[in-house]
Amino acid sequence: MAHALAASSPPQAWHRFTPGQRLARFVVYLAIVTAIVVSAQSVEVIPEFLADAPEQMADLFARMWPVDWAHYQGSVHSALLETIHIASLGTLLALVLALPVGVLAAHNLVPFTPLNLFAKLILVSSRSVNSLVWALLFVGIFGPGALAGTLAIAFRSIGFVGKLFGEALEEAQPGPIEALTAAGAPWMSRMTFGYWPQVRPAFWSIALFRWDINVRESAVLGLVGAGGIGMALDAALNLFQWNRVALILVSIVVIVIVAEVVVTQVRKRVI
Amino acid sequence: MAMSAAPPADPFPRSVWPKVAGVLLAVYVVYACAQMEISWERVEIGLHNAAHFFSRLFPPNFSRWELLVKGLLESLQIAVLASALGIVLALPIGLAAARNLMPAWVTWPARVVIVMARSFHPVIVAILFVKAVGFGALAGILALTVASIGFIGKLFTEAIEEISDKQVEAVRATGAPFASVLWFGVLPQVFSRFIGFATYQLDSNLRNSTMVGIVGAGGVGGTLFAAFQRFDYDYVCAILISIIALIMLGELLASAVRAIFIDNATLPDFFRRGSTRGIETAVADD
Repeated sequence: MAHALAASSPPQAWHRFTPGQRLARFVVYLAIVTAIVVSAQSVEVIPEFLADAPEQMADLFARMWPVDWAHYQGSVHSALLETIHIASLGTLLALVLALPVGVLAAHNLVPFTPLNLFAKLILVSSRSVNSLVWALLFVGIFGPGALAGTLAIAFRSIGFVGKLFGEALEEAQPGPIEALTAAGAPWMSRMTFGYWPQVRPAFWSIALFRWDINVRESAVLGLVGAGGIGMALDAALNLFQWNRVALILVSIVVIVIVAEVVVTQVRKRVI
Repeated sequence: MAMSAAPPADPFPRSVWPKVAGVLLAVYVVYACAQMEISWERVEIGLHNAAHFFSRLFPPNFSRWELLVKGLLESLQIAVLASALGIVLALPIGLAAARNLMPAWVTWPARVVIVMARSFHPVIVAILFVKAVGFGALAGILALTVASIGFIGKLFTEAIEEISDKQVEAVRATGAPFASVLWFGVLPQVFSRFIGFATYQLDSNLRNSTMVGIVGAGGVGGTLFAAFQRFDYDYVCAILISIIALIMLGELLASAVRAIFIDNATLPDFFRRGSTRGIETAVADD
């Protein structure tokens, strides 16, 4: 009887999501469309400039050719080395500074929530300031040059390294640490023999990853006066020496690719 | 007997390499500092300046808030349009670059496009577009579109290459055309990851859209750089506070979108669980 009833009634509609979930998704879609439409209508774009763009692009490439290779020995080489130094020293400084903050952020190591939140606040503020802004600030304090760039890279990286390192610490297996605690090991031994072996691969891969990002970022810091290849780029741009700009862009691409290859190889062999 | 006589193996064998690496690293640090003329005296002079600098930074001066709001809105517009345009363009390119769905003669050009879009920092791309289309928001939009194509294209390709073939084969076996294979076999498998990258990209574009103004490509960055060059530090501070607030707002929105699409949250959930979870997930992305 019940079976017959069920068969005769119209089939029940099955939905993957509840009405609430569908409403939430709809609100997001609506917000996206509204944001795009409003932005497209209100943004100040000069149509003539857009129409002119292909011609200007062609002109740009014509001015860039031939690339001024001779200039490399002049100043680009040393600027490129400075960029790598900024990225590497900045990463090293960030690792040193991020270690304690990462430890403070890990709840299983420091079971005191206000301290965890304080560490997280440091990490979030480091990350929400762009490295160019950090560079502006440090140029204001230390004057133009590589020191400002190094500190900018370091302060921007603290948040990244500290956050990922803190998460790696929180994911560490409690077994070895409990064993060490049961044996009466002091805090330092628990760190070096309990946590460190577990988070070491994560730590080095975070460091390599950040170094790779920093090589890219340190290439632009010079635009605000913080040293490296960006300063050479800025000088060439201001003098409209497009042949030199082309050379600098090519060298930035090369250095970024080299950094990526180095990171992949080191990760494959060491970690 | 013989067993107990043997010395126990060291459970923590120490290799000589970490020490060598440490010494090399220390040598490098000294060398690089010497090369870049970084010394303790310079740091000390700087720290002396820092007090003066910070005293001029505070209190923040919001008196020219109209200019500030105009810049922030332009940054927001740049970020929204660049993300939309970038995502729309990145989807076909990312699909074309997926080796498990496309033949080699399609994947190679698509991969070259993605690598080229990724090789420069958005601010450098912005310089080139400022030359091409003049000063203003358009250059910023185009620069961040290029950055979005590179990032989303790469991750989308990787996501598609990692999908399970079974569902794709099942849809193919029904005789479905290629579009249906994509729509029913591929898209459902990559959709949640796609939401992840799209919100991440919006976030990243928002951060960069506040910076491209430094090279004249529109947004609040131009105002920031101009104020900085005029030593208008209290205004710089106001701009920085506003930028950070905007970015944090963007992070919260991005985490809300992720909660809705990935964790299937409904609107009341946000009020029920309180905002702490939202902040936690916002922190989860860089």
